[in-house]
Amino acid sequence: MSETAEPLWQDDFSDRRKRIQDSLLRRRSIDRVTKVFTVLAVIALLYPLIDMILMFAYKGATLISTTTFTQLTALNSATVTGGLQNAISGTVLLIALSSAISVPLGVMGGIYLAEFSPRGRFSGIIRFVADILAAVPSIVLGYAGLLFLVLYLGWGFSALAGALTLSVFMFPYILRTTELSLKNVPQSYREAAMALGSSKTNMISRVTLRAALPGISTGIILSMSIASGETAQLLYTAGYSGFNPTALLHSPVGYLTYVVYVFSQLSFPTSQNLALVASFLLLVFVISLNVAARLLVRRMAKG
Amino acid sequence: MRQSKKADALLRYTAALCGGTSLIFIFLILGTTLVYGFPSIVVNGLKFLTSITWNPALSGSLITVHGFKTLSGAHYGGLVFITGTLVSSALAIIIGAPTAIGVAIFLSEFSPKSLSTIISVLVELTAGVPSIIFGYWGLLVLVPFLLYKIEPLLSQNLWFLPFFHGQVYSSGLLASGIILALMIIPIIAAISRDAMRQVPLELREGAKALGLTHWEVVKSIVLPNAKMAIAGSILLGLGRALGETMAVVLVSGSAINTLPHTAYAPINTIAAFMAQSMDSAFTDPSGMYVSALVELALILLLITTATNILARLLVREGFISSSEKVVRV
Repeated sequence: MSETAEPLWQDDFSDRRKRIQDSLLRRRSIDRVTKVFTVLAVIALLYPLIDMILMFAYKGATLISTTTFTQLTALNSATVTGGLQNAISGTVLLIALSSAISVPLGVMGGIYLAEFSPRGRFSGIIRFVADILAAVPSIVLGYAGLLFLVLYLGWGFSALAGALTLSVFMFPYILRTTELSLKNVPQSYREAAMALGSSKTNMISRVTLRAALPGISTGIILSMSIASGETAQLLYTAGYSGFNPTALLHSPVGYLTYVVYVFSQLSFPTSQNLALVASFLLLVFVISLNVAARLLVRRMAKG
Repeated sequence: MRQSKKADALLRYTAALCGGTSLIFIFLILGTTLVYGFPSIVVNGLKFLTSITWNPALSGSLITVHGFKTLSGAHYGGLVFITGTLVSSALAIIIGAPTAIGVAIFLSEFSPKSLSTIISVLVELTAGVPSIIFGYWGLLVLVPFLLYKIEPLLSQNLWFLPFFHGQVYSSGLLASGIILALMIIPIIAAISRDAMRQVPLELREGAKALGLTHWEVVKSIVLPNAKMAIAGSILLGLGRALGETMAVVLVSGSAINTLPHTAYAPINTIAAFMAQSMDSAFTDPSGMYVSALVELALILLLITTATNILARLLVREGFISSSEKVVRV
């Protein structure tokens, strides 16, 4: 028994060493393979994005001209010609109006959640409802706008109906980013203001709101960027018009995403060209707003 | 002093009122969809969920069923759109979730910091691209690419698998699934990356000291600790895909009265069909067409809200539990 035990032990040792080396080799190659896979995943995501941006940038830049900004879209039964002035002015009006509605509501609501009642029951309800509101599909929101504002209240297809529907979409976003930015203001700021005898109103307007301003503005800019790319809320609330907006009620307005949606499906080349230019303008608008928001965050980090 | 107390109270109530508008908004959305959808719920009953035939019968004559006006011969079944919504979103998750988790692992674990920052910016930018732009790109680039390059290849070589054998179409399930996947990858990747970064350094260092490879650390330490938040982020992506309208409407193929039998077949989703159909719905004098569309909206609202509530619970739970682990270690 003891004669066979010794060589067995030695064999086992060298065998185990080889096995460990083999398994290390195997584990290292698995490690390498998984790293390659994650790189492939990144490429699979970025390739379409870069293709998309380059395609619209190239086509848009070659097709854009001064008529894009100076002429209205001329829509006949046979052709689509002219520029995009009505869609550009309509988009600007819709974004301005919806911001005018959603920014005060969202910022004030955020102040309530962060400063007045961070742990209150009503705050919990508001947070929950805002989360649900943020998840309502845009077309459902568009339908609600159509049924309530356009039909029931009788506003017709109009800038105000479109803007109010968009602001329901922007509101929860601004609310939550405002709350988050205010929460990030150090508690010592509040204590210092209170110790100096400041009232709550004073403390909020002079201290916490000022400290949280970069974060709040970032949220507002990003929500404007998202809203400017929305289509489904506006299809049945803002309608579409080939003219520049003149009134807030009972008169439909044009907007860039409508041009992309509808003109891309028409068959004449001139309509495709307008859709491409509109896509280019939308991308430029969205990307520059994103960059602006990012710069603001960086400035805030530097102090 | 009294003056400032009054100002404080005024600010408090104004702020509460502003926050409370969210309740008014949700009440109006639910109220109008329920009121306008009610006739369809009563008249069409359960067959709305089980029938694939959608026939407004616009030339029919006005009749009254269960006290609501409708057109004779009208038949509303929403199964095509419900199926299309669920199947395209499922495909988007099948394609998108593994890719997104791969991106998140790369960003949080493997990539050098400078590269990670650049790619993170690009990923967040992708999340900001308007959905109609995704749809237009799908129509111009993806659909022709699939039709001429990918689908013939799949159809010829994977004919033995179900769903892959058959005629190829220009736009349909595969195109919709890929576009939706591209839209939800940034959401899943960004949240998963943050959750993975929250896994405490001590755990990683311990595992590394025991001789684990980079991937083994990810597999046995990072992923198990971040799994709740990752699951939540996938559900959030699913919620987005289910409700997505404009990206799908241009590449879905706008199927009606038929279910997809292959991966290439035209489909239609609830959201896309809603966006296309409201104009023609107003030509129905009975209003039943509008009501049926609103019932579809209610079904979509129900599905997406449930998905989102579950997702938010999981993400919150995931982040809370991983921050608790820091304390315990």
